[in-house]
Amino acid sequence: MTERPRLAVVGAGPAGLAAALAAASRGVRVILVDAADQAGGQFYRQPAAALGARRPPAPHHRRRTWERLRAGLGRHRAAGRLVHLTDHHVWCVARESGSGGFTVHALRGPGQEEGVTVRADAVVLATGGYERVLPFPGWTLPGVVTAGGAQAMLKGGLVLPGRVAVVAGTGPLLLPVATGLAAAGARVAALVESAGPAAALRRAPALTVRPGTLAEGAGYAARLLRHRVRTLTRHTVVAAHGTGRLEAVTVAALDRAGRPRPGTARRLACDTLAVGHGLLPHTDLAEALGCALSGTAVRVDGEQRTDVPGVWAAGEATGVGGAALALAEGHIAGHSAAARLYGAVPDPRRRAGADRARSRARAFAAALEAVYAPPAGWADGLPDDTVVCRCEEVTAGRVREAAGTLGAGDARTVKLLTRAGMGWCQGRMCGPAVAGLTGCPLTAGRRPFARPVPLGVLAGLPDAE
Amino acid sequence: MNPLKRTRARPGPACTVTFDGRPLRALPGRTVAAALWAAGVTAWRGTRGTGKPRGVFCGIGVCFDCLVTVNDRPNQRACLVPVRPGDVIRTQRGTGRDDD
Ligand SMILES: Cc1cc2nc3c(=O)[nH]c(=O)nc-3n(C[C@H](O)[C@H](O)[C@H](O)COP(=O)(O)OP(=O)(O)OC[C@H]3O[C@@H](n4cnc5c(N)ncnc54)[C@H](O)[C@@H]3O)c2cc1C
Ligand code: FES
Repeated sequence: MTERPRLAVVGAGPAGLAAALAAASRGVRVILVDAADQAGGQFYRQPAAALGARRPPAPHHRRRTWERLRAGLGRHRAAGRLVHLTDHHVWCVARESGSGGFTVHALRGPGQEEGVTVRADAVVLATGGYERVLPFPGWTLPGVVTAGGAQAMLKGGLVLPGRVAVVAGTGPLLLPVATGLAAAGARVAALVESAGPAAALRRAPALTVRPGTLAEGAGYAARLLRHRVRTLTRHTVVAAHGTGRLEAVTVAALDRAGRPRPGTARRLACDTLAVGHGLLPHTDLAEALGCALSGTAVRVDGEQRTDVPGVWAAGEATGVGGAALALAEGHIAGHSAAARLYGAVPDPRRRAGADRARSRARAFAAALEAVYAPPAGWADGLPDDTVVCRCEEVTAGRVREAAGTLGAGDARTVKLLTRAGMGWCQGRMCGPAVAGLTGCPLTAGRRPFARPVPLGVLAGLPDAE
Repeated sequence: MNPLKRTRARPGPACTVTFDGRPLRALPGRTVAAALWAAGVTAWRGTRGTGKPRGVFCGIGVCFDCLVTVNDRPNQRACLVPVRPGDVIRTQRGTGRDDD
């Protein structure tokens, strides 16, 4: 190759940034493509520049890591080794027949009507994840938001949806969300976590592999105390109430089977419910390229390579495990891609630190996943009239009917019979609920495009391939 | 403490937009969703089937619950679209094309 090889990195969160910097410092020309107007992804999301914030909105840890990433990005851009395309929504990455290269198809700007294509010799997919929310009556009321969504609006827009919040669901993300909302001036009436302290204790040995993260957890606990946030463990939200917008939620204790215990229901007044049950990987781009998945995540080898030559993946797209894991995986992916693009085999000794960080973080993530599994019986008590598919307004009863009397054996058939998953979000929101209600496994969506594409953009493409 | 004070933000001058004809002040840099939240508005869409109110849900462009009509263009994701001076923001009903 006479010209320096070109690597496209999709996603500028911790994983994509680490990959881009590792590759750029090894002489590869990097094109970093991200939908947001600033680098950072979900974890390092920054307030919009025009808001002129001089301090982060939420208690911020790992600030030094962020500053290092940002400085590296600036340095490589100034040196012409890296181009950062902000406000570019990638809807498809396609393998070019013949050349072995790739075309990244994006839509530019918030309106997303102008098509842009970028050519590259290899790609790293670092597209992160999105939140899983299991339905309950009232979860479509305005004022009910995902936990990460509340956090994203707070970090990026410096706004709160209301004054009194309940934070609920399960998973480690609930802690920074509760403390973030409280620090930003909301009254957090309760943090409602369905996992119990006993589950965490049973896995204590696995959880101590990352003492730093435990200390982070202790820091959150101290902040919750300071803000007088009441924590209810082994509790769940059974319903959200209101007309036109949220006014209260009913929470209840869970029994051993994960079902609400009769007689324990109580009502909490609130105008905001931030709710989430863990994250799911963004796999659309990988799937369209034909990359194999394992479960709901992109499958990768020790170098973070997918099974499609020239395609790497890193961060939550390959399995949910937090920012530290995303950073380690991104670094390994960038290191490997750079070596391979120059026809070399990456020297594992040169990434030994990242390898160790990755193993530790993966073990920790596996332990967390076991602790924070959604309550097993969540679907049993879900009333038939609860909306499950938010886009097409399909109820739990109709999904049950499709799987029962109509005999649907998989999510696709349920979709054809009920329209659940056929709307704008293409089943991203209702997929887990449909799986839980029907007993079908949660499969990746096999969506044709990662973003809705205007017909004009499709029509304007050359008819190659 | 509100998030602007807490972050010691010094935003640029606010602009005026309208929401369903009512003038609102909006800070530069905010998305349409953030501007509406700051004005106390959490619902700006009626669903296609039952006309139920919706607003932000995922906050990151995945769920499409926050669809809104901005300057006569329906189906804009309010959580992604930055607010601009003079924007005419309207509650979106149904498909937003007034043809349902
Ligand atoms: C809404 C939300 C909020 C979160 N908040 C926190 C938090 O406060 N604290 C915490 O510890 N963890 C948080 N998390 C968890 C967080 O996802 C991870 O810990 C970490 O950010 C993962 O890093 P990543 O690089 O894998 O992905 P991300 O940080 O999610 O980065 C992915 C990037 O890819 C971009 N992208 C995705 N698809 C496309 C596409 N098709 N075209 C162009 N760009 C694309 C996105 O814009 C994003 O910048 C949050 C998760 C979510 C979903
Ligand atoms: S709130 Fe989900 S797309 Fe805007």
